[in-house]
Amino acid sequence: MILAKNISKHYGEIQAVRNISFEVKQGETMVLLGTSGCGKTTTLKMINRLIEASSGQIEINGESIFDKSPELLRRTIGYVSQNNGLFPHFTVRENIGIVPKLQKWDQQKTRQRTEQLLDQLQLPVGEFAGKYPDELSGGQKQRVAVARALIVEPAVLLMDEPFGALDPVTRAGIRQEFLRLPELKKTTIVMVTHDVQEAFELGDRVSIMDKGEIVQSGTPSELLFKPANVFISSFFDHQRLFFELSAIKFSQVWDLLPDSNGDKQPQFDPGQSLWEGLGYLSDHNLQELFIADSAGIQKRADETAIFRVFNQIKSVH
Amino acid sequence: MEQQQGLWDFMTQQSDKLLSQTVAHIGLTCISLLLSAAVALPLGIWIARKNKAAWIVLGIAGILQTIPSIALLGFLIPLLGIGAMPAITALFLYALLPMIRNTYTGIRNVDPAVTEAARAMGMRASEILLSVELPLALPVILAGIRTAAVINVGVATLAAYIAAGGLGEFIFGGIALNNSNMILAGAIPAALLAIIFDFLLSLLQKANFQKMRLLLFAFPVLLVTLSSFYLLPVAQTKLLAGFTPEFMGREDGYLGLKSKYGLDISTVVISDAVMYKAAFEKKLDVISGYSTDGRLKAFDLITLEDDRHIFPPYYASPLIRKDALERYPELETALNLLAGKINDSIMTELNYRVDYLKQAPEQVAADFLKSVGLYKRSLNGNKGIVRLGSKIFAEQYILINMYKILIEGNTMLKTVTRTGLGGTKICFDALANNEIDMYPEYTGTGLLVILKPDPQTIKRVSGNRDETFQYVSEEFGRLYNMQWLTPIGFNNAYALMMRKQQAQSLHINSITALKQYLSDDQPQH
Repeated sequence: MILAKNISKHYGEIQAVRNISFEVKQGETMVLLGTSGCGKTTTLKMINRLIEASSGQIEINGESIFDKSPELLRRTIGYVSQNNGLFPHFTVRENIGIVPKLQKWDQQKTRQRTEQLLDQLQLPVGEFAGKYPDELSGGQKQRVAVARALIVEPAVLLMDEPFGALDPVTRAGIRQEFLRLPELKKTTIVMVTHDVQEAFELGDRVSIMDKGEIVQSGTPSELLFKPANVFISSFFDHQRLFFELSAIKFSQVWDLLPDSNGDKQPQFDPGQSLWEGLGYLSDHNLQELFIADSAGIQKRADETAIFRVFNQIKSVH
Repeated sequence: MEQQQGLWDFMTQQSDKLLSQTVAHIGLTCISLLLSAAVALPLGIWIARKNKAAWIVLGIAGILQTIPSIALLGFLIPLLGIGAMPAITALFLYALLPMIRNTYTGIRNVDPAVTEAARAMGMRASEILLSVELPLALPVILAGIRTAAVINVGVATLAAYIAAGGLGEFIFGGIALNNSNMILAGAIPAALLAIIFDFLLSLLQKANFQKMRLLLFAFPVLLVTLSSFYLLPVAQTKLLAGFTPEFMGREDGYLGLKSKYGLDISTVVISDAVMYKAAFEKKLDVISGYSTDGRLKAFDLITLEDDRHIFPPYYASPLIRKDALERYPELETALNLLAGKINDSIMTELNYRVDYLKQAPEQVAADFLKSVGLYKRSLNGNKGIVRLGSKIFAEQYILINMYKILIEGNTMLKTVTRTGLGGTKICFDALANNEIDMYPEYTGTGLLVILKPDPQTIKRVSGNRDETFQYVSEEFGRLYNMQWLTPIGFNNAYALMMRKQQAQSLHINSITALKQYLSDDQPQH
């Protein structure tokens, strides 16, 4: 868990970050969203002291980050940047083993954990462990960077535009993969991005920043349907319908959906968005899809039903 | 084909010298590279973090690089004397720039995303330097070392000018003696050394990182080993001689000293420009100089008698076109007024006043003529014009000014002087082509440089002053229609010189005595 209180950063006269506070709960993913120069990366780097805050207090799991040396602090915080930062002269295995080595892990332990992570990240050990970063694709590099950040099971994972350098197709694919990663689900994450879709897909909570301040912080649907001001609402204007459909999960409209008699194989779970549902119908050329929750209750939805519940929930907001 | 055969013969004959010069060359290059790397690498690393300092450091190193190498040696001699110290210092300074710049560039070019990631993972600054920045900058740093190595192999040839040895001894000796085999015997190994150094370092540069750790260790060890050859003490005789590259290769020089006197003395090769001073500063005990050089007096040196006559006499006298003499017969009388008036020590004194006290040659000439009662005011005559020439050094300027005064004071002739006609060849050609009427020439030069008779003739005539004069006189009259007038008296020949004090305390006044002293005190081996 991260607690930031009144942190500021100024370079001479320039205020990069002005007196912001936030909290990220255990296992939660918070996304800092904003345009270039809004202070989101500065905020992120103050958490692992790559940038020292000018004032304010930051705690991780109740301990002030200023109580230990920056090096020791950073060894407990994962960091993934846009440019992956893999050591070009280290193999994949060596890259992943950097922090364990700093922490003087037993080699056997490092080995096991490396292989476990590579496996989860769809990078077969036999093929990839001995490769150098130059021999990997952009997506593969980024997955290695994530493995490197996760190997010591850090208390916190910081990601600075982690998919920023990837093409849109790879980007969407890797994002889906990340969403399914058990490792990531249990880690407390702060991520920086300028991509609204990415923020909405990955963030439990999204904080929109502008001119060094957090303008509004909330779940995607809170931001979409209860914007604090014109700045926030203008943020989504270019693809509003898409964002709104993506922001609403089947769980939010559960009661509004028609019941199914339960004899069909469910294709969806309630955590998925209406947009995904529409996409699924169109991709598979289906009239209807079936959604089951963990209690086994099944609902059905066709295109008309999805738009109907969508409009209903919007009017509630 | 014959040229190649000749070169090979030369190299086999001189193989011991060649080997010692090559070892010295490698030693000089390696020591300076090692020292330079020890300074340049940390400095490069430091300035990669301090942008302001980078400007200053790279600027200074850049300026050092632009100083011509021979001038840099010149600056260093007053500070460090002669021998290995100034040579290594100069090479060290030359190697700095490429190494500092490449270290700086190499580290600055490491992707900032990589160093940031290293920091973000909790690596300390020293860990980042050692396992990220240096390994990634290594190819660029090695490229800098390669450049420095090649530069140093080249510049190290100049070490021969200041008695630090190396392949320059053959190269400069060969140039002075116009002996292309000798030049090549120095130049080819030097070029090969540069290629080999470059090749070895390129292997290092290409080697993959894992093996490189071993090589990185092996490389300095190799350098130190190679350096140590140079530093190993060599067996030395009691006295140390410094000879010019030219003297080393001449029959009427070092070769003659060995064959005719059986002189066995440790030698170093050194440039004429610093030799006298080195003797004065006790860096050298015996040098090869010119017997009337002003520095002889300036540095309190004395010449040793050439009691077996291996150095041909170089008596100076006016060399004049016969047609000029026929036109103005009074010239001979006027010019011969100086005959026999100047001996070696007077000439040395006069040269000293011009070379060291920086007095004008005109003044020195006039003062001398006044002191011997030969000075006369110009008669401002207009009977005709005599054109006087001279080579470019003080002695000739002084003589030509004396002749000018004598001619204008004793005849109705006017003179024009054409000084600074370079060397012997230029002066003689000017005289032969009727561009000048006379210039002062030396009998030995006339014999060995212009007439170049067969070795038997040289042997026959060069032992004795009069015979030499007789021979060149006849031959010049016969071949070129020129006349040698009566010699002025001094003999500006090659001579071995020692510090006066040392020579006196050791009772050495001749080359034979020197030889005696060396073989007496030398342990038998």
